[in-house]
This record gives sequence, structure tokens and C-alpha cells, in this order.
Amino acid sequence: MLKTYLTTVTGLALCATSALAETPVLTVLTYDSFTTEWGPGPAVEAAFEETCGCDLQFVGAGDGAALLARLQLEGPRTDADIVLGLDTNLTAAARETGLFAPHGVTAALDLPIAWTDTEFLPFDWGYFAFVGNKGEAAPTSLRALADSDVKVVIQDPRSSTPGLGLLMWVKATYGDEASALWADLADNIVTVTPGWSEAYGLFLEGEADAALSYTTSPAYHLIAEDDDSKVAWEFEDGHYMQVEVAGKVAGTDQPALADQFLTFMVSEAFQSVIATTNWMYPAVTPANGLPEGFDTLTVPAKALLLSPTDAASIRDFALEEWRTALSQ
Amino acid sequence: MAHSAFTIIRQLPGIATAVLVLAVTLGATFVVALYAEVGSGLAAADWAAIRFTLFQATVSALISVAIAIPTARALARRQFRGRGLLITLLGAPFLLPVIVAIIGLLAVFGRGGVLNDLLGFMGLSPVSIYGFHGVVLAHVFFNLPLATRLLLQGWLSVPSERFRLAASLGVPIGKLIERPMLRQTVPGTFLVVFLICLTSFAVALTLGGGPKATTVELAIYQALRFDFDLGRAALLGCVQFLICGVAALVAWRITLPDQFGHGLDRTVQRWDTSSKWDYFWLIAVALFLLTPLGLIVVRGLPELFTLPAQVWPAALRSICIAIVVAIMSVTMAISLAMRGGGIVSAIGMLPLAASSLVIGTGLFLIVYPIIAPSKLALPMTTLVNATFALPFVLRILMPAIETEVSNYDRLARSLGLQGWSYMRLVILPRIRPQIGFAAGLAAALAMGDLGVIALFASETEATLPLIMYRLMGAYRMDQAAGAALLLVTLSFMMFWICDYWGRRNANV
Amino acid sequence: MLTFDNLILRQGEFTLSANFQVPAHHVTAIIGPSGGGKSTLLAAVAGFLRPASGALLWNDVDITARSPSKRPVSVLFQDNNLFPHLTVSENVGLALRSHLKLSHDQVKNVSRALVDVGLTEMELRKPSALSGGQQSRAALARVLLANKDILLLDEPFAALGPGLKSEMLSLVKSKLSISGKTVLMVTHDPQDAHAIADYVILVAEGKAMAPVLTKTLFDNPPDILKDYLGSA
Repeated sequence: MLKTYLTTVTGLALCATSALAETPVLTVLTYDSFTTEWGPGPAVEAAFEETCGCDLQFVGAGDGAALLARLQLEGPRTDADIVLGLDTNLTAAARETGLFAPHGVTAALDLPIAWTDTEFLPFDWGYFAFVGNKGEAAPTSLRALADSDVKVVIQDPRSSTPGLGLLMWVKATYGDEASALWADLADNIVTVTPGWSEAYGLFLEGEADAALSYTTSPAYHLIAEDDDSKVAWEFEDGHYMQVEVAGKVAGTDQPALADQFLTFMVSEAFQSVIATTNWMYPAVTPANGLPEGFDTLTVPAKALLLSPTDAASIRDFALEEWRTALSQ
Repeated sequence: MAHSAFTIIRQLPGIATAVLVLAVTLGATFVVALYAEVGSGLAAADWAAIRFTLFQATVSALISVAIAIPTARALARRQFRGRGLLITLLGAPFLLPVIVAIIGLLAVFGRGGVLNDLLGFMGLSPVSIYGFHGVVLAHVFFNLPLATRLLLQGWLSVPSERFRLAASLGVPIGKLIERPMLRQTVPGTFLVVFLICLTSFAVALTLGGGPKATTVELAIYQALRFDFDLGRAALLGCVQFLICGVAALVAWRITLPDQFGHGLDRTVQRWDTSSKWDYFWLIAVALFLLTPLGLIVVRGLPELFTLPAQVWPAALRSICIAIVVAIMSVTMAISLAMRGGGIVSAIGMLPLAASSLVIGTGLFLIVYPIIAPSKLALPMTTLVNATFALPFVLRILMPAIETEVSNYDRLARSLGLQGWSYMRLVILPRIRPQIGFAAGLAAALAMGDLGVIALFASETEATLPLIMYRLMGAYRMDQAAGAALLLVTLSFMMFWICDYWGRRNANV
Repeated sequence: MLTFDNLILRQGEFTLSANFQVPAHHVTAIIGPSGGGKSTLLAAVAGFLRPASGALLWNDVDITARSPSKRPVSVLFQDNNLFPHLTVSENVGLALRSHLKLSHDQVKNVSRALVDVGLTEMELRKPSALSGGQQSRAALARVLLANKDILLLDEPFAALGPGLKSEMLSLVKSKLSISGKTVLMVTHDPQDAHAIADYVILVAEGKAMAPVLTKTLFDNPPDILKDYLGSA
């Protein structure tokens, strides 16, 4: 009773204020590092507000996995008009919420794979890779890594998207042999961290020879720190991809604006900012090409990516294999 | 028999606080369970997590308390220059954000750390910190200071008159005074450390070496984030509460009531034979706790000058929250302690066993239908932090208040001292050292908190730990180290100011 | 006069009954074997213990339900009579107002009370800087200032030497009894009763007996008292 009353009052107040407000508001739910001063957020906001005549507001919700959880918590009442920052391992679950509408955008995307998803539109992508120090031993495949003495630090697939990416990577490459590979990999793994930043931090502190990260990580050190000592190991049987996507919320109160944003997202203004703020490959290569320094990056010969449905269906089984193998 | 107005005033705030704590902890968990669909029970992985959690928490608590006893005794017995500073410094590790402390520990014990350099220099093979022993090491690092401080309080609470009596009789101190005092303080201290280790998340995962080292908190995190299985999360949260309840019961059974009476506030002097081991313990513990801290300082100092601009308003915001949290949790604890009783004590300890994830989610679910959560970010953070700091504050204030009440209650009643006059003239001045310590602790804990704010905050209202974490997530490790140092320095300063205010002129 | 009207006091399994009247303006000693209930009786008068049944009356007014500070009673305990963190004058001043903000006149009254008990110029000292005898005097100064009709003494001078104790007892007699206060004094030393008490209440075996003139009781002690006193 009280709740209904409060909601009604709040609702009326909100209606009143929005009737008074001139500029429509577009709410984008995304992960934290997107919205920071040194991330893509500010530049994207400035560029979009120039042309849309609206107020773009970001809501940060932790990391990619937290993003989905937040959306599931909010449910159909969510204020978000766009959700930006899920990756392909999460899109199946996102689709299941029934909260997304088709994006309706056709664009020439520069991904190594063909993109057919109608509900989610990529804005950047990358290859997972182990990043180590230049000049040290660099295994050339997952099997070679497992057989060597090299020490690496990885993330927990249950709390981190790169961790989950590695899980899928091993499964996609080795299928039924995945369990055996994890068992051999166990002695190479120094530790398993909750998130990417702890793992990468440990690597930088010298606690391991390499950390699971992205092929684009060395670009950060090269461009922002003038440091060329980091290198991504190239594995001959391919690297798993992370494709980050955005989607339009079906119940949005700003459908036209949302569509406009999605189109903007694959346009030059947005994509030119991505490389040096999000440190991933832009989904559409900017007119001036990639920044200098990106050409030194390792480019895998083969790109691996499980479809969202496959990824979702094998996840629990792969997780159990991983857990058992590493708990010996 | 009518209750006098005096008794009612003493009971009401306590009951109100107890209800608030129950609402935040059990209430939020219940809300999460409500939103669950018919869920799964506990999987085999969950049981493994529970077993591991219990085992590491028990071992960590045992070792922490075992080392804390001789250390606290050494501190109680010895007077030396810088003793006050050492006591305050010893509080530092407890206040560190987890990831900062881990990096500090790794700088000493890690693969590229000082210890392995030393061992290599001496020709010995290096040691690896990752594994069960690493988890215990980190937990001891965090909790030894708190355990020492709590036990020290016990030693100093024995009035000097008792020591005089024992000295004049030539009776060995151990059996007559120290063992009963330990029997009174150790169970409670063990319980606090045990519960802190129980709900540990990042330490066990980062230093544990692999999925063997999974705690219940991680299982909850997985249930909430990756599976969105609210039922399982709530179930695991309840399991944590259950373990807390059992542990608390056991601790309560072993504790003796206070048998020491009171003294006249004279400085505690002791005449028991001194032991050279005292200095060994003091030096070893100081080295263990301060070296990682020192390395953190060294790492972060140069970065302090290159911090991005958002750091400063975030720092100010964190400080304001911390001050409010300190006031709130001390007030809550005093009201609970004045009410007294075992149930109140148990309710006060409940937040220790609560999962901040479940609580945060529950509060989010309660708030979301009514108002946008980002508008309530700061008040929510303050409320949750005050609730989570409450067990520590209560553990510090409750024995002190019980002692004072039992000593001066009759005198106060015969003089007509009631309600606010009673608090102002009798209780508060006499527990000032404990209030200072507790307030400082609550403020410092609130400064370093990263839990609830993550769910509620918008980008414009970040606190300092959140900024630090965002820097880490964007490759800016060095700047993160600088932010970490700033955070640690501010936390520590707040703690020191409160603690100093409490201890000044209090003969402690 | 102080009337104990069929008062039954219970503490755990221990029961004490009292049914008599204590004459006002006199000193009455309460003696008896330890554990007999002397302090229990005092606690009932002070208001710390509610009676199981019966009533307590002062000058025919029922004060059974009143809280300790609302009774016309001042108490001197065995210890803990002073707050260690307050100065002597603050401690004494609590008798006048319970929040320490004293008016100019009240401050003068405090000093006068201190002079009265022989503690001139000790206003700013803390209790830990006073001797045992001085602490007792300070507590007595507060009682003087409170000016209540009844004074309860629960062996407050037990820790002082015999000379000092008799000095304090004379002080009580001269300052309080003379001015017409009613004094109830628990003591384990019959000499105290001889020294200043007009009447004696014997408490033993769960019963408080009616007050008897001191001389009468000691001249012809009942058997219980004989055991207590030992061979005279």
C-alpha cells in the first residue's frame, strides 16, 4: 500500500519534471572503466551530444559480468535505454532476459569473423593472449605452455570475463581433451585471481612470467608509457576472441535516440576514440587507420569464437572440468 | 512493578538499533531469497567451498590469536619510547584495502619479493607464497593487529591494585590473573578474527593458488554475478550466518564474566619478572607487519604527484562518509551496550558473518522500486558501512561499558543521575579511550570500503577506493599505487586522530 | 519515623522479613552474622531492591515505589563513593545538581561543605590523589550537602584504621546526627554500635528484629547475638 503510494507520487513527480525538461535523456548502462576520465566515456559523450540534442548519461555497473547482473536485478523497470559492454559469452543469458530489441543497424564491420547477431552490435573486440616480457621464453601454443615450466597467472572464470574467455578458448581448441590440458596446465598456474586487474598487477610486479590479457595490452605500455618491453605470445592454433557488444533495451522510452546512438556507435566519431581509451580493436577501423604502435601487436593467424548458444550450453560442463582439474 | 523512566530510556535506543541491524542483515538476505525462483540446493562445489572456508578461517584465527597473546603481554608489560606509536601503527594492516595489502605482502613474500631475494642471496631455494599457507599468512597479517589490540585491552583492564596484591603475595601472575583474563578475552577475539576470515574473498582467491581455495563468499559472488541464482546466493548467505551463530555460541560458552572489579585509574604498574622474549615478539611482529607497509609507501610515494584530478574530490567524499560512519556506528554500539544482554551482543556480531554482496543486492532490490539507487548511494554506503563496522566497535565498547555500569550504576542512581546526564558525566568520560579506538577503526574501515558503493554509485559520486580500482582496471597500475598510498595515509590519519584523542590523559 | 510494614525481601533463594519502626533523628546500627542480610535490608531502604511484598513508609508516606534518587535517602557505600575521573568539588557538587553546572552560590556551598569535613583547599584534586580517609571525608561532604533526611552507611569506613574510623564516626555523629538526620549504619564491629548508635537492629536467620536500645541489647544479648559476639 505504502509502496504503491510512494511509487505513484514519485511517478507523478518524475512526469512533472520531465515535462518541464527540454532535453531528452539517453541512459547507457555500461561497465565502470568505460565511464572514467581516462576511458572512452567523456569523448563519446561529447561527440554524441553535439549531434543528438540530448543529454547522454552513463551508469557504471562494475565489470562486464556485473553489468548483466545489474540488468537482471533491475528487470523490465530498468531506466537504461542502451546496455553497452557485454561480451559474447554473456549475450545468450542477456537474450534470455527478453529485455532486448533488434538493433536494426547494418554496418561494414572489421571483425575477423562474420557478424550475424540481430540484437547485439559490436563496438570493439580483441584477442585474448598471454602477455609476457620481451626476450623471455614464449610458448607457441597452449599445449606448449602446459608442457613448459613457464609460470602464468589467470583469472577465475566464475568472476571474470577474461577467465571465462580462457575457459572457452581451451574448450574450443581441445574439445574433449580440455580436461587433460587443464591438468597439465595446473603446475604452470601461479594463482587464480578474481579479476583482470589483480592478475595483470601481479604480472607487472614480477609474480609470474605472464598473465592472461589481450593482444592489445602491449599497446598501452608502448603508447602511454613509452615502454616496449611487453609482448603478447602468439599461439599457432588460434586465439579466442572477445567481442564487446551493445544492445537496445526493448522497453526504452527513447527508441529513436537509442537507434541514433547505435548508428553513432559504429561511426567514425565513436570508433576513432576506442583504440587509445579502451585499448581494444575498434569494430569499424577509423579512416586514419589504427594508432601508431598497434602495428607492432601480435595478430593471431586464427580467430576462435564459439557462438553465444554454444558458449552458454557448454559453460557449466567446462567449468566443472576446470575446477576438478585444478583442484587436484 | 513499573519500569522507571531511566530503564526505558536505556532500553529504547538499544532495541531500535538491534532492529535496524536485523533489518539490514537478515532482512536484506530475506529479500534476496524472495526474488529467487525455485532454485537449486547446494552443489558439491559449494560444500567444498564451505569446508575450505571453515578450515582456513579456523587456522588463521588460531595462529593470529596464538601470536597475539605474547605480543599483547609484551606491550602491556613494557614501557618504552614510541610504545604509543607502535600500538597505533600496529593497527595499520587491518585498515588496508585488501588488494593493496596483498601487493605489499607479495613485495615481501612473493616470487620477486624481499624474502626470496634474501634466500637466493644465501643460496637457498625460493619459497612460494601461493597456496593454503599464503592465505593463512595474509589473514594473520590483517588480523594479528586487531587481535593484539583486543587482548591488550584485556591486559590493561586488570586494575593495578590486583597486580599490587599479587606482587605483595608473591603469587605467580600467570595463574592468578592472566589465565582468567585470557579466558575472558580470547574466545571473543578468536571469534572476531574467525568471522573476518570466514567472509574473506579476494585474499583466498588471489593467494590461494586455484579453485581449491574457494570460499563461500566467492560462491555467492558467482551465484549472483554469473548465474543470477538469487536463491543459491541467499542460501549460502544463510549458511554463513549459521556458522557465525554456532561459533558465537561456542565462544560465549567459554567466556567467563568479568571478575575484576575496578581500580582508581592509576597507571597499571607491574612487578612480574620480565622476560627477554618480550622484545623478540615485539620486534618480530613489528617487522612482519611494517615491512609490507613500508614497501607500499615506497611504491606509491612518487606517484602521489601524478594523480588524476578526480582523486581529490573522491578522497574528500570518502572522508566525509568515514566521519559519519564513525559517529553512527559508535552511537549504535553504545545504545546496544547500554541495553546489554546476550541477544543484543549476538545481534551486534551478526554483520560480521553477513555477505556484503547479498546485503548490497538485497538493499538494491528494496530500494530500486522506490527510487533510483544512485540517488541513495552515499546514504546506503554509510548505513551499510556503519552496520559492518558495528561488530568491531561493539567488541571494543561493550566490555568497557559493562565494567563501568557494574561499578557505578548504584552510585549514579542514588544521586539521581539519569539518561543523558548519566551518559555525559559517568559513562562517556570513562570509556573515552575505547570510543577513540573504536571510532578510529570504524572511520578507517569505511575509508577503504569497496563493497556496496559499487552497486549504488554513479560515475560522479565515486569514493577513493573505487577510483583506485578503476585505475587498476585501466592499466594504470602506478597511479593506482599512488591512490592506494593516499587512501592508506588518510585512513591511518583518521584512525590516529581518533585514537590519540581517546588515549590522551587516560593513563593507558 | 521509618516504617517497615511487613516487608518481605527476596534475593535468589534468600528471604528477609522486617516489620518494625525505626525511630527518626537517631543513629541505628544494623549488626548480625555475615550473609545474614544486613546489606539487603539497606538496599531495600535505598531503593536498589524492590520488596516482594510489603511497604516502606517514611513519616507515613509510602516510598516503596520511588526510585533511589527520589527517596529522602543518601547512601555511603563500602567503596565506589566517588567518581575517579571527576574532581573532589565536582563529586561533591553532584549532590546539588546532576549535571555539574553549579551557580556561584552552589560553588560556595561546596567549598563550605569541604571545610566542614576538614578538606579545605582540596577542590581540584582527583580521588586517586587522596588518602583513604580523605576520600571518605569527601563522600561525607557530599552527603552533608545533599541534606536528605535519612543517611545509610554500608560499612563505608571498614578499610580505615581504628583511629581514623572512630574519627569518621564522630564526624558522622557530630555533623549529621546532631542536625536531626536519621542514620542507619551497617557494621560488623559491635564497638561501632557502642560508639555512636542509640539503637541496634539485629539481622539473622532471615529476620530483621525490631530496634532495641543499644545498652539493653548488649547487656542481655539473645543467643544468636551471643554466638556472633563470641565469648565476651
